[in-house]
Parts: sequence; structure tokens; C-alpha cells
Amino acid sequence: MTHQFPALSPEQKKALADIAQRIVASGKGILAADESVGTMGNRLQRINVENTEENRRAFREVLFSSDTSINQSIGGVIFFHETLYQKDSSGKPFPAVIKEKGIVVGIKLDKGTAPLAGTNGETTIQGLDGLAERCAQYKKDGADFAKWRAVLKITSTTPSQLAIQENANTLARYASICQQHGLVPIVEPEILPDGDHDLQRCQYVTEKVLAAVYKALNDHHVYLEGTLLKPNMVTAGHACSRKYTPQDVAIATVTTLLRTVPAAVPGICFLSGGQSEEEASLNLNAMNQCPLPKPWKLTFSYGRALQASALAAWLGKSENKKAAQEAFRKRAQINSLACRGQYVQSGKNDAAAMQSLFTASYTY
Amino acid sequence: MTHQHPALTAEQKKELSDIAQRIVAPGKGILAADESVGSMAKRLNQIGVENTEENRRLYRQILFSADSRVKKCIGGVIFFHETMYQKADDGTPFVQMIKDKGIVVGIKVDKGVVPLAGTDGETTTQGLDGLWERCAQYKKDGADFAKWRCVLKISEHTPSALAIMENANVLARYASICQQNGIVPIVEPEILPDGDHDLKRCQYVTEKVLAAVYKALSDHHIYLEGTLLKPNMVTPGHSCPTKYSPEEIAMATVTALRRTVPPAVPGVTFLSGGQSEEEASINLNAINTCPLVRPWALTFSYGRALQASALSAWRGQKDNAEAATEEFVKRAEVMAVALLG
Repeated sequence: MTHQFPALSPEQKKALADIAQRIVASGKGILAADESVGTMGNRLQRINVENTEENRRAFREVLFSSDTSINQSIGGVIFFHETLYQKDSSGKPFPAVIKEKGIVVGIKLDKGTAPLAGTNGETTIQGLDGLAERCAQYKKDGADFAKWRAVLKITSTTPSQLAIQENANTLARYASICQQHGLVPIVEPEILPDGDHDLQRCQYVTEKVLAAVYKALNDHHVYLEGTLLKPNMVTAGHACSRKYTPQDVAIATVTTLLRTVPAAVPGICFLSGGQSEEEASLNLNAMNQCPLPKPWKLTFSYGRALQASALAAWLGKSENKKAAQEAFRKRAQINSLACRGQYVQSGKNDAAAMQSLFTASYTY
Repeated sequence: MTHQHPALTAEQKKELSDIAQRIVAPGKGILAADESVGSMAKRLNQIGVENTEENRRLYRQILFSADSRVKKCIGGVIFFHETMYQKADDGTPFVQMIKDKGIVVGIKVDKGVVPLAGTDGETTTQGLDGLWERCAQYKKDGADFAKWRCVLKISEHTPSALAIMENANVLARYASICQQNGIVPIVEPEILPDGDHDLKRCQYVTEKVLAAVYKALSDHHIYLEGTLLKPNMVTPGHSCPTKYSPEEIAMATVTALRRTVPPAVPGVTFLSGGQSEEEASINLNAINTCPLVRPWALTFSYGRALQASALSAWRGQKDNAEAATEEFVKRAEVMAVALLG
């Protein structure tokens, strides 16, 4: 505990810090396009498209072949393993397509949840085995950051001490290994929105979870300036009868972060967690407008909340590509404005943007 | 772990947060005048003055007689128990004199260090017994904040995991009890400057210690907005052969804080830890001009570094009292200028 055995050289630290800064550069956020095969199945089913490798490739191509100016709003894209090795119609590998737009390539690394015996249905995350080798390979193949999602749930008896501590520990192990291989780890301790708990309860649990996460990162000698955080916003449970405004969500969320996230962390990229596209943008905007100090960037790492409209416009048909890209571009730009607290909601919003994207007990 | 049992009402939180903000208001810091009887012995010995209760009273009177110029630079004064109940020559209680200047009154509440068996000479700090009742009484008697000092030391094998964990825990218990009684706890995990370790080693240890402290405060449900932190600056050990500039000290210190101290903490009030008056203000100035983003106030809670000149000007002579007070005021003003960067 008393002697340092430096985990990273100054050059390694600089490389990591630079990558992190690029991802969350002013007005930019992350497109989470890392849905697993199973999850893509759910998405495609909603628009009556078959879940084939080609269809998954085709939809990602719709997003990735957007005009280069998308790089004003998107600083990073998270890939699923399959997608990292797919190509666009001209044969260009997707990582190259993204990099050429000056956007950073990321890779989802976790291997899903595993049960914690003796708990009330709680889980930890697997994926640490051989992770060092995988990271080294992904770095060679174009990735500069990674994502790992831990999941916690609020009920009358959860999250338990064990679940909090075990998930914090695996997040820290993952982060440590990533940094050793030049990958910026996005640390994602998601507390699901399932339940009827109120805003205060979510805030309390989120504070406890984040305190544990940052203690674990410290214990594991993780270089905070070379990480990003991907937390849930502090919201009431989906079944909570009381309604809260974006300002309520903003104050609760930022207060929580001020109490737990060191200023050394360059950026906080919220998950959308089943919020509709519009909700996710309004809440992010309210956070960036709220009067509390914000020593880190507050931005987005949205999957559903960036893609829903695009998916609805695409419907699996190549002739809809332009319309789908326009829907995506619009959403990306709105969220870019929200990062700066400059989003002004216009009168109309289409059905897709307003639709709740909540799925109970969401797994990727 | 899942249900909150709120430790404080909204009103209690507001009161604590307001007190903390007043203490570290822009341009202000803390005068640590809480030397125990034993510590005062050393100070008075250095100027050839006998360590009597009356001499201690006369000396504190010199500091507390400072005119309104100190209102702009001193946000709080930390008292020792004896001093809380002493009066000026004209019968005005010291607590009153300080409050009348719009300065917040604080009280040292720890009862010194005790050994941790099985360690290499490490300690924890005692004082938790009856602390609730003591806090309630001090609050009635005029105190709005408190101080508790834990001590850690850097050597080949220290600080150990036990020392870090135990001291962090005891600080959190103290903080919890204070807040229940309307008193803002200043949390002081001092890592001594003794030794020949370099700047990096001090930074590493400071980061580990502060991470443990803030985890303990979270575990104990402490309201961070109603606390202050009193850490050591990150410096090399006293016998380290390498010399570092104020900018290096500032960068190491602010980096360590940015990695561990949540932005919700309103202020960081550094201890001077044996630095000279000059060093203490130069380093504080460098800290306030460091190019990293600093989300908390960064100010002073100085004992020796604010009092040394006044003490040597006084030398125990009544005739020197005014000149000594003037020395203190000047020192306080210089220190406040250091805050502006």
C-alpha cells in the first residue's frame, strides 16, 4: 500500500487521456451500436426484419455511412465483436469507415451476466478470462476504447452489499486490463430503471454504487484521466406513480455525480436506459443547463435513443437509407445541442422519438 | 444498503452547507488556534515564556484582538477546549469576540493518538466516547464546526492497510456525530512530512488515503456538502535530497485531490505541516494558479504558519501585544492574497 509500482508509463497515460478527451470533445457523444446478436433480434423484430448477419450489417452500414459531418456530434462508436470485422458495400472495413470520419472506435468487451448465488436474483459480469489477449487484438484491429456493462437492480432487498462490491471489482479489473493495452475503459455500472421506487431512492442507490466503483478503481490503480463513466441518469423507476421533470432528474443526477465522481474523470456519458429519444435528449439538456457545477463533460452514450427513429425509417429497405440517415443525423445533432444545454424543443415530435424504449430487465 | 434512512433533514443539511460555505468564502481561510496545552508548551518555550493558563489566554487574546481587517481573510478559528471558555481582559468571552467579527467558531474534538498494536508504530485517534454530548454542548456554547486530526506516516512499510482503514473509519464516525449536532466536521487525515521519500511517493500515498477517507464517509452516510477537508499538501519528505518547485508541489497536490475528493466538498483547507510562513503561502498561491480545473475552494487552515511572527513579536511582553497583533493581521492578509493566485 505504500510503494507505487507504476501501472502505466507517462506516454501510456498521455495516450489514454488523449483518446478520452477526443471522445467527449465539446458537443460530442457516443453512438452505442454494440447490440449483441440477440438484442439486435429484438430491434429488427419490431420492424419485421429478419435477424440475419447481412441485415445486421446492412443496418450498421446505414448508420456508419452517414455524411462525415456526423463527427460534429459523434466522438465515438461502440462496436459489437461481429460488427468490428464486417465491411461496407464497397468492401471497406467498418472500423476504417468510422476512423476516416475522425471518430474513435470502441468495442464491447463483457460477456454478459452470470448469477450471484445466495442473492435475490442479482448478477455479476463475466468476460475477464483472456481479456488481456482480446484487448491487444482489438487494439491492433482499430479499437481505442472499450465498454463493459455491469447491472444492478433496485428492489426492497437489492442491490446487496455483495452485488455492489462484486460488480465494482469486476469493473475495476476490466478497466485495469484495458489500460494496459492502450484502450480507454468506459465503466458502466447500470442501475436498471425497473421498479416503482421514487427519485430519492434511485439517487441514494446510485451514490452508494458510484462510491464503491471509484473506491475499486482506486484500489486497482486505474488512471482516472484515461477512463469514462457511463452511468444511468438518476430517475424514478418505470412503474413509479410520481412524475418528475427533466429539471428534477438533472438536479438529482448532477448532485449524485458531484458526491461521487472525481473531477479527474474527463467525461460522463449517460446511458439512455429505455427512455424515449426525446426524453433522453431533454434530460441531458437539463443537466447541462442546471446551475450546479460540472467539472466533467456531461454527454451521451445512446443506443436505442439514437437509433429508434432511424430504425423506424429504414424498415429493412435500401431505398429508405437516406431517410434513415437523416433521422439518425437529426437525433445526433439534438443530443449534441443537449451536451451544451442548447437544445430547444420544437413543437412537434414524431411518434418514434416519443416512444418509450423500455424493456423490462434489459440485457444486451 | 438499498433503503435510505435519512441521517439529516433538509433544514439540517442547509445549515451545515451554509456554515461550510461561510468558512471558505472567497478570499478566506482558517486560523488554527487549537494547540493543546502540551503543544502550547513547545510554542511558548521557544520564546522563553512559561506555559501557564494565563499566558495561553494572553497569547490567544493577541490573536483574537485583531481588528476588522481580518474579517476579509479569516472565515473560521479553531479553538482548543480551554480557550472556548476563556475571556479577554475586559471580560468578553473569546467566542464572542470571534463571532462579533463575523468569523465562525470551531472546536478541536479529538483526544490525541493511540497506538495500533501489531503495526510499525502506527496510530489511530481517540475521542469518540461521549462525542455526541460534547458536540451538543459545544454547539450551545458557540461552535459551528469541529476538527479531528488523524495521523499517518510514510516509511518503508507504512502506512499499512489497517492504519489507512482504521483512521478513515474513525474520521467518518466523528463526522457523522458532528453533523447530527449541527457542527460541520473538518476531516483531517494528515500524512506527516517526516522521511526522505520523494514527491511521487507522497502523491501515491495521499491518493490512497483520500480514496479510503471518502469511501468511509460515503459508507457512514456523511453529507459531503456540509464538510471540509484538511489534508497535507503533497510534498517530498523533509529529508528528501531532491528539491521541488512550488509549481511541482501544486500540480502533484491538485492532481491527487482531483482523483479523490468529490466536487461536492465545498473546500479544502490545507494544513501547513511544519512549512515556514513563507513556504506555506507560496505553495498555496501556486495551488491556486495551477492550470487544472479545481472544483473546490483551496485555502488554508494554518497554525504555525499564521502565528510564528506574532509569537516572536510578543515574547510574552504586554508592551509588545499590539505589535504582535499587527504581525498576525499582516500574515493573515498575505495568506489571503495567496488565495487569489
